[in-house]
Amino acid sequence: MTKKVFNPDVDAPVFKGKYAPYDIIKEGTIAVVVVALLTVVLAVLFSSPDEKAVTIKSWSNATPMDFVATAITELDGTSGTATYGPPYNNAATGQQIGPFTLAKWMGINVKVNTASDFVVAPLSTLADQPALKTALTAFTSASSTQKASWEANYSKALTTGRFSSGTLQVPATNAGPVPVMMSALTAMARSGALDQALVTAKGFYTTDYTKPLLFMADGSFLANKAQAQHLSGDQWGMMNETGSYPGQAWLWLYTMWYQVPPFSTSWGANADALVWAFMMILTLLLALMPWIPGLRSIPRKVKVYRLIWREHYKSV
Amino acid sequence: MGLTEFFGAVFNLDHVGKYIHWGFIQLSVSNAILIALMIVTFISALLLPFPGKRNRKEGK
Amino acid sequence: MTTEIDRQWTTRLRKTVVEKLPPEKLLPDTQPAYVASWIYVFGVTTLAALAIVIATGCVLAMKGPLWWHLSSTGHFVNSLHLWSVEIFFFAMVIHLWGKYFMAAWRGGRQLTWVTGVVLFLTSIGAGFTGYVSQTNYDSQWISTQAKDGINATGGGAFFNVLNLGQMLMWHIVLLPLAAVALTAVHVIYVRIKGVVPPFEEEK
Repeated sequence: MTKKVFNPDVDAPVFKGKYAPYDIIKEGTIAVVVVALLTVVLAVLFSSPDEKAVTIKSWSNATPMDFVATAITELDGTSGTATYGPPYNNAATGQQIGPFTLAKWMGINVKVNTASDFVVAPLSTLADQPALKTALTAFTSASSTQKASWEANYSKALTTGRFSSGTLQVPATNAGPVPVMMSALTAMARSGALDQALVTAKGFYTTDYTKPLLFMADGSFLANKAQAQHLSGDQWGMMNETGSYPGQAWLWLYTMWYQVPPFSTSWGANADALVWAFMMILTLLLALMPWIPGLRSIPRKVKVYRLIWREHYKSV
Repeated sequence: MGLTEFFGAVFNLDHVGKYIHWGFIQLSVSNAILIALMIVTFISALLLPFPGKRNRKEGK
Repeated sequence: MTTEIDRQWTTRLRKTVVEKLPPEKLLPDTQPAYVASWIYVFGVTTLAALAIVIATGCVLAMKGPLWWHLSSTGHFVNSLHLWSVEIFFFAMVIHLWGKYFMAAWRGGRQLTWVTGVVLFLTSIGAGFTGYVSQTNYDSQWISTQAKDGINATGGGAFFNVLNLGQMLMWHIVLLPLAAVALTAVHVIYVRIKGVVPPFEEEK
């Protein structure tokens, strides 16, 4: 058997030098005390951010027309969520890496039908409103062509619509039951009842906010607020925080790829999938560093270690 | 008024922060400070003399 | 000759553990003389910060996810939690830089390196699920943004960042368990193998 050749980037020399006293428990205790004190000092000095959550109620009260414009896209199936694809629906393939349609393969496990979940079902929970009940029956029993034509006419009229003195005024003609439904949904939203209806669709207890969050994300209220606070994806927002607090700075590399071509340009449509794939490869390189020739030699060649072990090298 | 209310944020950071723009890089000043501190701490850890070692040698 | 007792699983496990990790390696009282640089304090600092993160997280857990919005004491504990997390990542990244420049994987220490990298990823996951469990505007924005990234990988079918209950469970049960277990493995590897010796310089 031949003797294994010593590779300085893989093998470590056997240390035959001196040992010094070392109190590991004392070291650990000091570290805990110091970190605890530093934490208290930082918390006292800077506190922590807590910007109140947005609700559909606050959104529809602040910008009712943005709410209505979003709601009609949920009904006619043109909103971001309605056209999203997996895991919410099969309206699209979702992002892909070359021929790999990962999202589609994993299936639709968080089913969302925006027209029924965001509009029709919440409206059906409102009791004692005969006009609304008639409108809902007319809507649900209509053909899809008929629905599309009503929705298109309403959308067109929405550009000249306005919200004043507590009522939605949209001069729509040939829109069938849609105006009644949209007015009722807006009133429901402004009262806070829509927030409740969206989370309690499956029962009293709830811990799942998928539906109201998707609904709000389709509008521009949430995003405008984020833009103003430098939180948008194209503002390196992932590593930022509300207010002037430091954020998840450790996400710098991940968020950086979104800002640079080709991720920000020609690969834009599949940027998320491609950035993730790229980060997986980089992470794998980091994890497997000890086995990668070249990369594992960098520390030996840049000689930062001479600083770390300068006492040792002085003594040998 | 509790102690925690009294001490709650000596420096109020609840306002929209300042941002640094270098070409395509956008960075909040707080993150920039944090990252600069990390680099400074790293370099100081390499350069500052570690206590104990030299004393022990002299003692011997 | 091996007896029946020697062949028992329990006996064999005990013998292996004691052989691989004798008490004087687990709790050493000396350290090689080359361990003399401030760069060595960032591992233990990370551990200490993890302890504070867990302790403050436990206080938050006792009162439930909405407490910190409603009480100034709760908000202060949340601040402690946030800043200990900042210290945790701060120290961990410097620890990573230091270990890279020492090529600390040498001499059969590859798994120490790998568990460290996996711990870094686990911590990012724990941090992220914490951010989306804040139940405020920040968590709304982060979750509605992050969903696209996770959905694009197919992960969204199992890991729904808009589901508060699911995220909170990952944040306070699954990921802390993983982080603590991995930390234990990481530290035990360090204790078994010892601190990596310096490069040999050519004369």
